[in-house]
Amino acid sequence: MKYLIKNGRVVDPANKIDDILDLLISGGKIEKIGKNLSDKAESIDAKGMIVAPGFVDMHTHLREPGREDEETVLTGTLAAIKGGFTSIACMPNTEPPLDNPAIIKSLKDTIKKDARVNVLIIGAITEGRAGKRATDFHKMKKEGAVAVSDDGASVDDETVMSGALEQSKEEGLLIIDHCEDRKLSKDGVMNHGFTATKLGLKGISSESEYERVKRDIELAKSASARIHIAHVSTKGSVDVIRRAKAEGVKVTAETAPHYLALTEECCATYDSNTKMNPPLRSKEDAEELKRALKDGTIDVIATDHAPHTDSEKDVEFAFAPFGIIGLETALSLCVMELVEKKVLSWPELITKMSVNPSKILGIDKGSLKSGAIADVVIIDPDGEYTYTKDSIASRSKNSPFINWILKGRVSKVFVGGKLATTDNL
Amino acid sequence: MANEKKTVWTKKDLLGLEYLSREEIEHILYTAASFKEVTTRQIKKVPALRGKTVVNLFYEPSTRTRISFELAAKRLSADVINVGVESSSVRKGETLIDTGKNIEALKIDIIVVRHDCSGAPNILARSVKASVVNAGDGWHEHPTQALLDIFTLKSKLGRIEGLNVSIIGDIAHSRVARSNIWGLTKLGAKVTVCAPKMLIPDGIEKMGVKVTNDLDEAITEADAINVLRMQLERDTSGAFPTKIDFFKQYGISEERLKKCKKDIVVMHPGPINRGVEMSSGVADGLNSVILEQVTNGIAVRMAVLYLVAHAKRN
Repeated sequence: MKYLIKNGRVVDPANKIDDILDLLISGGKIEKIGKNLSDKAESIDAKGMIVAPGFVDMHTHLREPGREDEETVLTGTLAAIKGGFTSIACMPNTEPPLDNPAIIKSLKDTIKKDARVNVLIIGAITEGRAGKRATDFHKMKKEGAVAVSDDGASVDDETVMSGALEQSKEEGLLIIDHCEDRKLSKDGVMNHGFTATKLGLKGISSESEYERVKRDIELAKSASARIHIAHVSTKGSVDVIRRAKAEGVKVTAETAPHYLALTEECCATYDSNTKMNPPLRSKEDAEELKRALKDGTIDVIATDHAPHTDSEKDVEFAFAPFGIIGLETALSLCVMELVEKKVLSWPELITKMSVNPSKILGIDKGSLKSGAIADVVIIDPDGEYTYTKDSIASRSKNSPFINWILKGRVSKVFVGGKLATTDNL
Repeated sequence: MANEKKTVWTKKDLLGLEYLSREEIEHILYTAASFKEVTTRQIKKVPALRGKTVVNLFYEPSTRTRISFELAAKRLSADVINVGVESSSVRKGETLIDTGKNIEALKIDIIVVRHDCSGAPNILARSVKASVVNAGDGWHEHPTQALLDIFTLKSKLGRIEGLNVSIIGDIAHSRVARSNIWGLTKLGAKVTVCAPKMLIPDGIEKMGVKVTNDLDEAITEADAINVLRMQLERDTSGAFPTKIDFFKQYGISEERLKKCKKDIVVMHPGPINRGVEMSSGVADGLNSVILEQVTNGIAVRMAVLYLVAHAKRN
């Protein structure tokens, strides 16, 4: 099938393109980009739309294997399509965790069968994600892991973390680091501060995050290894990362759209869909994250898509699990918080959502150069819609954005040159 | 008592004093005053809630609050059912919302809930059509306790506006403190909280209170003090002061009381740890209104039950 996407604003930062152009997809690949292309291909009018490389999410929880009641490879990748993501990397905190080549191989089989977008696999840093003994990075990489992470938990033992960074460097397998000193965060459930005091909820301090960021960047520096800091939520972490980057440490970082769109005050109704880890922080933190995106301290916007069933979430705030779904709302929230508020330009946003995550994961995505696999998203930048519970493709509906009026809508998605649909038959 | 304004009560629930306006708080106090008269009659019962059913749903052990609510409901001629649940076992079994819906299916009108999780009454209230009255949730709020404290104080001193009220003790873990702060500041009192640094929660000053670690500073100018129960047994970190040390530094003794205004009102939500936060002499002394608080609790809770049951709903 051939497609000719006509008159869209093609935003392809990897190739420094931002212009009204036509794009021809043929044989699953980008054939050509140019002015006034004509071809017998099926024509798609993209006037007023943005045509960009499909988004790449380096932080998704697909829950398979083990928690198929929350999400599966199929439902998670359908949610990805709705959100404009053509590649997603799934975290290893499954049941059992993705800590050995055999389980990665078995997940690969499921992906082959069910996935509607490209699914990349992140292995665990330590066996059982228990933080005690590092896994075999070499074997997991051979089986296809693109990175390692103990996401949801931090590796407390400094010696284990150092060893993991050495291994990471040797094998060229990136560590994606969940930074949390649990001795400080303890059994906290929301950001430490006035709002927590008012609500009578236990706090999670900023220090619990940035002290661990500091430690792990130091360890990465001594090992001359790369490190990627997951879900940065506080000003303190931004400061540490900014300084490290200035010093030349090989550190990259991501934040998630909800840390830009929401603050701790959203917890005031005890809605457990405002409970995530790291927690929603202060307004000042959210502002600093935006500055950090602008100045390049934060390289990537990732979703931390974390599905939980209604029955898990519809409980007392303290009892509810951490996390919200994010694939389907990421673009709109970024449009509203970053593009509309003139924090990032469209090319800068596409860079954070597609180009940079591809580079960091070392995958050949995030570009519309001719000959590239045609993973393309068409965006209606002004499209407004109400995000309803019924519209959610993810198996779980744990979103604080339900019934919000959102702006910036995914119009069409091509995965490998094929028009993707969320029809799950 | 206060001049009754034409306040139409519209709230089906009482979740906390944070959520009430000054007028609504005054309306509860006014209503409580008329019910207080009922509790002094020979026949201490009115038919205001006849045919209504109240469930006391307690996820935390409590005797005094539960009995006070039970008596309040009975004096309004409501039927009362007490349900005690162990929070940890519920966690494994039926959810709070399911429990609420099951209670509602029994055609209950008011659920009085006590829970060790902050915010549990808020969650319950939006899941059921029945009225929900918060009888204490975690460290969040204990609105009827604060209302009865304020009612007692107002009965003693004739006003709240402009009074210096100091709340002394474990502010960090106290729902009584939070509700009192909301209620007193809304009514125009000047509130000071006083505790060792580790028991002052972050940002509490943003609730409009003065913070001090110096007890003398807190009590010298005070028209009233509300002394919180010290739950030293709750500490597992070993960082809390010992009982004796606490009493030396923060306990209200007769000597300390001599430094205060002569007619200072001394309150305590009970149960008292004699010799920890307060000496027996103070607890039983002339300035103490501790037992009046208990008596007034019934009238205040009658008012709350009556108002939420008759809330004008949209």
